[in-house]
Amino acid sequence: MYSAVIFLPLAAAIIAGFFGRWMGDRGAQWVTCGAMVLAAILSIPVFLEVAIEGHGQTVHVFSWIESGALEVAWALKFDTLTVVMVLIVNVVSAMVHIYSIGYMHGDPSVPRFMSYLSLFTFFMLMLVSANDLVQLYFGWEGVGLASYLLIGFWYDRPAANAAAIKAFLVNRIGDFGFGLGIFGVFFLFDSVLLDVIFASAPDKAGTLLHFLGADFDALTVLCLLLFVGAMGKSAQLGLHTWLPDAMEGPTPVSALIHAATMVTAGVFMVVRLSPIFEYAPFALNVVAVVGASTAFFAATVGLVQNDIKRVIAYSTCSQLGYMFFAAGVSAYAASIFHLMTHAFFKALLFLAAGSVIHAFSNEQDMRKMGGVWKKIPLTYALMWIGSLALAGVPFFAGYYSKDMILESAYAAHTLVGQYAFWLGIGAAVLTAFYSWRLILMTFHGKSRADKDILAHVHESPKAMMLPLVVLALGAIFAGYIGNEYFVGHRMEAFWRDAILVLPTHSAIIDAHHVPEWVKLLPVVMGAAGIVAAYIFYLFVPSLPGLLANKMQRLYLFFFNKWYFDELYDWMFVNPAKWLGRGFWKQGDGTLIDGVGPDGVAAATLNLARRASRLQTGYIFHYAFAMLVGIAALITWYLIGKAS
Amino acid sequence: MILQAIAFYSFSAVAIAAGVMVIAARNPVHSVLFLILAFFNVAALFVLLGAEFLAMILVVVYVGAIAVLFLFVVMMLNINFVELRQGFLQYLPIGALIGLVLLAELVLVAGTWVLGPEMSGVVPTPEVGDRTNTEALGDILYTQYIYPFQTAGIILLVAMVGAIVLTLRVRSDVRKQRPGSQIGRKREEAVTIRKVKPGSGA
Amino acid sequence: MLTISLAHYLTVAAILFTLGVLGIFLNRKNVIIILMSIELMLLAVNINLVSFSVYLHDMVGQVFTMFVLTVAAAEAAVGLAIIVVYFRNRGSIAVEDVNLMKG
Repeated sequence: MYSAVIFLPLAAAIIAGFFGRWMGDRGAQWVTCGAMVLAAILSIPVFLEVAIEGHGQTVHVFSWIESGALEVAWALKFDTLTVVMVLIVNVVSAMVHIYSIGYMHGDPSVPRFMSYLSLFTFFMLMLVSANDLVQLYFGWEGVGLASYLLIGFWYDRPAANAAAIKAFLVNRIGDFGFGLGIFGVFFLFDSVLLDVIFASAPDKAGTLLHFLGADFDALTVLCLLLFVGAMGKSAQLGLHTWLPDAMEGPTPVSALIHAATMVTAGVFMVVRLSPIFEYAPFALNVVAVVGASTAFFAATVGLVQNDIKRVIAYSTCSQLGYMFFAAGVSAYAASIFHLMTHAFFKALLFLAAGSVIHAFSNEQDMRKMGGVWKKIPLTYALMWIGSLALAGVPFFAGYYSKDMILESAYAAHTLVGQYAFWLGIGAAVLTAFYSWRLILMTFHGKSRADKDILAHVHESPKAMMLPLVVLALGAIFAGYIGNEYFVGHRMEAFWRDAILVLPTHSAIIDAHHVPEWVKLLPVVMGAAGIVAAYIFYLFVPSLPGLLANKMQRLYLFFFNKWYFDELYDWMFVNPAKWLGRGFWKQGDGTLIDGVGPDGVAAATLNLARRASRLQTGYIFHYAFAMLVGIAALITWYLIGKAS
Repeated sequence: MILQAIAFYSFSAVAIAAGVMVIAARNPVHSVLFLILAFFNVAALFVLLGAEFLAMILVVVYVGAIAVLFLFVVMMLNINFVELRQGFLQYLPIGALIGLVLLAELVLVAGTWVLGPEMSGVVPTPEVGDRTNTEALGDILYTQYIYPFQTAGIILLVAMVGAIVLTLRVRSDVRKQRPGSQIGRKREEAVTIRKVKPGSGA
Repeated sequence: MLTISLAHYLTVAAILFTLGVLGIFLNRKNVIIILMSIELMLLAVNINLVSFSVYLHDMVGQVFTMFVLTVAAAEAAVGLAIIVVYFRNRGSIAVEDVNLMKG
């Protein structure tokens, strides 16, 4: 059963991938959705057994590398953290699979799509159940690959191809850091097995790495390198540029990969490696700072975007920032709790947005929507549920997890924690604001859509709405149900040794004892954001335009994503292209080709042409040549005889 | 002795001079005539050596056949006087140099071989013996060297055939008699009966 | 100097041979000169053969001279035939014009 939970998606991917053409759309859909639903259902007893009852285990599947001190095996580690992730991944993936049946209806390559979705799920599962760093890296790379394949699914669109490459490249940069981190870990610990590393982490706490004449704390360096990988995968500030462009992929892809699962791999990795991170306080501070900055930055950008999917994408980026700064203040449990609730409501939001796009005949610009809340009431309601959860309105899922994070940040009583807390509060206001901006612009007011598009607005079919309802249930109840276990009084018994928190880093425990105003502030801020959104977009619709004009520079700064893409273009992309072109034209073309094949060919031609001039056709020239030859031969002979 | 020396030197000098003139003469007919002169003088040298048969053969074959053939072709091809072209001078230095080198080497090689200590001073005397040169030649030519002899004959045949093949022209405006077809003519080819109306033409 | 030895004959032959060689590539007039130069070279070879035959008291040299003579005749015949045909086709046997075999 444990292996089935992980490998069912792989089997489905292989069958749908290779036999899809023969099986047809329906066949592929049945195979993949069936496998995913089965895996999701099986995840529940696994979860209960491991997390609730406490029977964690490691399933050894196959041995992979045994070379000296390096031992890597295909093994599945099942502890609380794993099964939480497995449950989330399988459930959300199953819902996305079912949704895709309706959404991708009529697409020419449905089997390929379903196969890629299942393949992605498999890689994600391998990632979360990895027993050593190499298998984690395998899953890491695999989800990057699946992301590339799915973003560029409609490969005849140049924008999609460019986005896919961008995603893969930026991820690669992160992966490079991650790879260096793994090398460093092996160098320091002589092993990549998680258990071994965790056991010897306390001993290695103070070791120094000598590099280029300076001494660095080994664990800090390693954790920073590993965090670079997390930054790439989870689109944190600096390596975030790929996430908005990834919206070129179909909406189910955005829901699954860029909301619920792949982007959370970074968070997962940091939490999984908590036993090491705990001993590298500087790295933790960096994590918190980056996370908090990302949360705020993404919220400001999402404020002014006009594409419905981009708003939600930046929202994801922002929420990931929350998860990271929670981890940064050692509140790992809160981080995973938010990960779980976020998976539900963000996937819900994305899929509902997909429903909206479908209703508006593939229109994604919110400026061309509006006034349809009576026509698509179910989608409208689901959007409300998702947004309420996102904004942290009490008793919806987001409230519990988000508040926990903010309280932990405050309770850390460090400078970094305070920085994180206030930025988090700011992001919370903005989150609520842009979420309702989205709802109001999309569903309310006088419609700005075309007449015929407006006439065509309709609810999505039942097959598409059912997964949304399931996710909505999660968005409503997951927080309330999980609160006790994840971050409440049953926390110790729930997590056991999946997460390590040093006694000195007691933020998550102190979070329960913060002042009242700290507990209430997020709620108040959220409400303020909602009210502001109503004022701006319903009651005084001219206000946004006025404000944008008055603060033109700021508006443009936010709208152009703080000019990160332009900066990277200037700093990296153009020099790289210049270098590449130089190597290609001059290096390869002129130098290697010129000296090598082309040069040899030209020289041969040249010599042959010159040699052929000897053949004048005049007999006496030939006779003369013969004569010279004879004279030379005789001279040589005489000299040879003389010596 | 002295007569021999005088004879040798005079004949050699004329031969060499004639050789030079073959190359240098402007009129190609003069070139051929100088070639004939060279042949004659070398034939005389052969007589000095005692190979009189070969000397006569040289005159008969070389002069009588080959040189005349040259003359025929020269006359037939209507070759004009050609002024000494410019290019001659440009090749002369290097050509002369190479020629001199070759000459020196030839002499050297021959000299080193010949002028061994036991060989110097030996004068080749023509064998008088009891056989004349002709008979001595015939003794071995038809016995030991019969195969090369016959082959030489075949070579001559082949050359003749080749020359004819190359240059034979069938001239369409010349009427030749073909006795074979004349004799083998049949009545059907030769006679045609035509009915002619009396009073009208044929 | 006064005693004519083998070396004298060989020298004469060498000079004639060199003249023949020079004649091949020094002439600028026509191709027949080349054939005549070849005849000169063959003549020089004949002188050599006969001299050695007399010196070594061996008749083989003279036999071989006969063969050289034969071959020279054949070769002159065929060569002249070629020149005649070439002249018929090209209209000229000036040395500069005989270069159809250029590479």
